[in-house]
Parts: sequence; structure tokens; C-alpha cells
Amino acid sequence: MTRDADFVAAVRTIAADVAAVHADAVDREARFPSETIDALRGIQALSAFVPEPLGGLGVSFDALADACFELGRACGASAMVFAMHQIQVHSIVRHYAGSAWFEEYLRRLVAEQRLIASATSEVGTGGDMGKSVAALTLQDDGSVTFTKQAPTISYGAHADDLLTTLRRTPEAEAGDQILILTPIADTVMTPSGTWDPMGMRGTCSPGAEVTATATADQVLPTPFAEISSQSMVASSHILWAELWLGIATDAFDRARAFVRAVAARDPEAAGAGGVKLSHLLSELSLLRAQVQQGRAQYTEAAEHDPASLATVAWAVRMNTLKIAASEGAPRVCQGALAVCGIMGYKNDTPFSVSRHLRDTLSASLMVTNDRLHRTNAGLLLVAKDV
Amino acid sequence: MSETQDTIRNVIAEHARLRTDAAALALDTDLYEAGMTSHASVTVMLAIEDTFDLEFPDRMLTREVFASIAAIDAAVQELVGAGEPA
Repeated sequence: MTRDADFVAAVRTIAADVAAVHADAVDREARFPSETIDALRGIQALSAFVPEPLGGLGVSFDALADACFELGRACGASAMVFAMHQIQVHSIVRHYAGSAWFEEYLRRLVAEQRLIASATSEVGTGGDMGKSVAALTLQDDGSVTFTKQAPTISYGAHADDLLTTLRRTPEAEAGDQILILTPIADTVMTPSGTWDPMGMRGTCSPGAEVTATATADQVLPTPFAEISSQSMVASSHILWAELWLGIATDAFDRARAFVRAVAARDPEAAGAGGVKLSHLLSELSLLRAQVQQGRAQYTEAAEHDPASLATVAWAVRMNTLKIAASEGAPRVCQGALAVCGIMGYKNDTPFSVSRHLRDTLSASLMVTNDRLHRTNAGLLLVAKDV
Repeated sequence: MSETQDTIRNVIAEHARLRTDAAALALDTDLYEAGMTSHASVTVMLAIEDTFDLEFPDRMLTREVFASIAAIDAAVQELVGAGEPA
């Protein structure tokens, strides 16, 4: 697996040399982490998951997960942009079903290192991505058009292309959805709000009204419901969990560095901090085990039993992973804050975990945990081995 | 139209919350396209298990297996057939 290992090593270098260096400025200014994304383009990372015959690196999903973890340790926003992009690429690669338009698109993605954003949430659906209000409309000249009110579009202003969920036709039911890919150059995005959030500030995710004209072959051939259940739920929950784990791991490392610094001056004084650190390691280890288990289950199932990815039991497992990781990561960051005290609370010390805590507090809001618990409550009525 | 299919149709009429009349569904009509949500499909799964007094194993609890009357019928037959000769 040297291809995977080389890729992850290259991402790790970028994380340390680029993402970590700019992380504070990206956070403070709530600006897009362009240095990191450009550096990732330089190693063909945006097309890493594209199969080799189409020009990509052909790395495994596992390697993407490792890359998210490495970036998360350096800059949460960079990691989230990378993860969201890879979730889209993963869905296209797995579900383009031989479409000539998408095959050509994947070649362009490789050549131009295009960044894909997504508009999958919508005003008026109560946060349920399995429903759409906006619909794809066939025009007399054979083109298709749509207008959608998106409450958030992460890094939309910095992306090259946009993947949007829509009802298949104006007559279709809310759950009968498709995914359409439109170049940003052909898409009008009218901002509908500002972006000054608590954390994940570099993802630059204000809302927008999206309007585009396209051709029918820009619609992925697989229904969104199938893409969602077979790929997107797993890929998003696993890649997000990995990057949250990365952020939490860096918070832990900072707490450890703080205790070491105290011990270097006065070993007696470090005792209490060291005990807190030990408790924190238990918390971090639990989080790491949960994330690694979810990921291992996915790798195993995708390789040996892909049909199981479509089951209710699988959905419950992935929802549970997301809930656990999104609650565990901020807990670890808060524990690190308790170790570092005021030195962790300040933004401008080497032991600061302020950004880490704020970034990971977004985790429970991304596909809200309340919704996932409600979904699981229903699924648990029928699922057997969860 | 078999008795099983009629029973499945009744379960759908009661639990799938379609916008259309369940009596008018063809055996292969896509229930999701007819308006069955993921949430409603779970209620249908539960009601089918209850009605036929069977338990779907996890591998059969998928979107596809509950996509039409014919698909549900095939799944029920598979489980009933496994338990006793048809």
C-alpha cells in the first residue's frame, strides 16, 4: 500500500508546513484556507480518489480518512474543506455509472484540480437532506434549469463546481431527488447572509440562492437516495469523524506539551495536571476506538459485502458513529482546556485550545444529532444486529 | 393478484402515507416515487413483520426490498418459503 502511504505522508507534510502555519489567521479572519488547498492541488490531492485509468492517484478511502485526520491535527477548516470535497468526489466515482459526461468531468478534475462544493441542504426542509423543494425543470430548448435556496454552502465562493440536490421534476415527490453538477462559472450564487460563526470559520459557509442552467447529462445517473444511503452517509460520517478526531488529538497534544512545560520547571507542580492528562487520554482513546471501528467496518463491508451498506442496520451504525464522534471530540478539547487553564483559554499561546473547542462544537450541528437520534429511534424498531 | 399481495397493499394503504390511492398501484410501482418517505418505509417494514408474523433479517432491510409491492412480496415469499414448503 505504498501509494496510500506516500499520499498520506505528502498530506502530513502539507498539514505541518502549510495548514498549521496559517490555521490561526484562517480562524481569526474567517477566511478560506487557500494556502492549504493550493498545496493539496500541488500533490494532486483533490483527485486522489479518482481511479488511475482516469488519471487520478487511485488511493483508497482509508487513505482519504488518514488525510482528514492529519489535516484535522493542523487546521480544522482545511480538513473540513478537504473532507467535503472528497465526499463529493467519492460519490461521483462510485455512482457515475459509466456516464460519458462524468467520465470526462473526472479527467478535468484531475487536470485542473477542481474543487467541488455542495448545496444539499435547503430552506424549508427542516434540515432533512433526503427532501428537496427546488426542482429540476426541463426547458423547451432541451436544457435544464433550477433555483434553490441554500441555507449554507461551504466554500461556495472558492469552489470550481457545485453539486446540488433537487427534485427530479417539478411534479416529483420531495424524496425523489437527483444530484446535478454545475461549474461555478455557469452558476449564479446570490449570498443570503454573512459568515461570522463560532468555529470552522475558514469553511466560509454563508447561505445563497443558487440558479443555474445545465444539460441533462450533468445529472448523476444514480438516484440521490441511493447515493446517499450507499456512499454519502458513510463517507461523510467517517471523514468528518476522522478530522474531529484529528482536532481532538492536537488539543490533547497541546495539553501534554503544557504539562511537560510545567514539569520541566517544577516536577511537583505538574502532578495534578498529569493526572488530568491521564483521564483525558482515556477519553481520547475511546473516541479513537469508535472512529477506527466505524472506519474498519466500512472498509470491510465496501470490499467484501457491499450489499450490507444499503441496510437499515448499517445506517444505524453510521449515525451512531457520527453522534459519538461529534460529542466525544469537543469533550476531549474541553478536557484539554481544563489541563491548560488560562494558557489554553487564551488565543495566542502555544497551548491554546480555543480554536479546537470552537471547531469541534460545530460537529453536533452538521446533520444535527437530534435528527440522527430521531432517525435511529425509527430504524431501531426494525434493525436487528446493530 | 395473490392474497399476500392484497395484504401487502393493505399495509401500504395504511402505513406508507402515499399521495395516491394504494388500490391503484401496479405491482411494480416505485413506492418511493409515489411519495413513501424513508420514515414511512420503516413503519411499513414493521407492519409487514407484524402482519405476516415474520422477522426480516438485516440483509433484507433495505430501500430496494421495500420499493414496490412485488419486491415486498418476493421478500415475504423468501422468508415464508424458508420456513415451510409453499
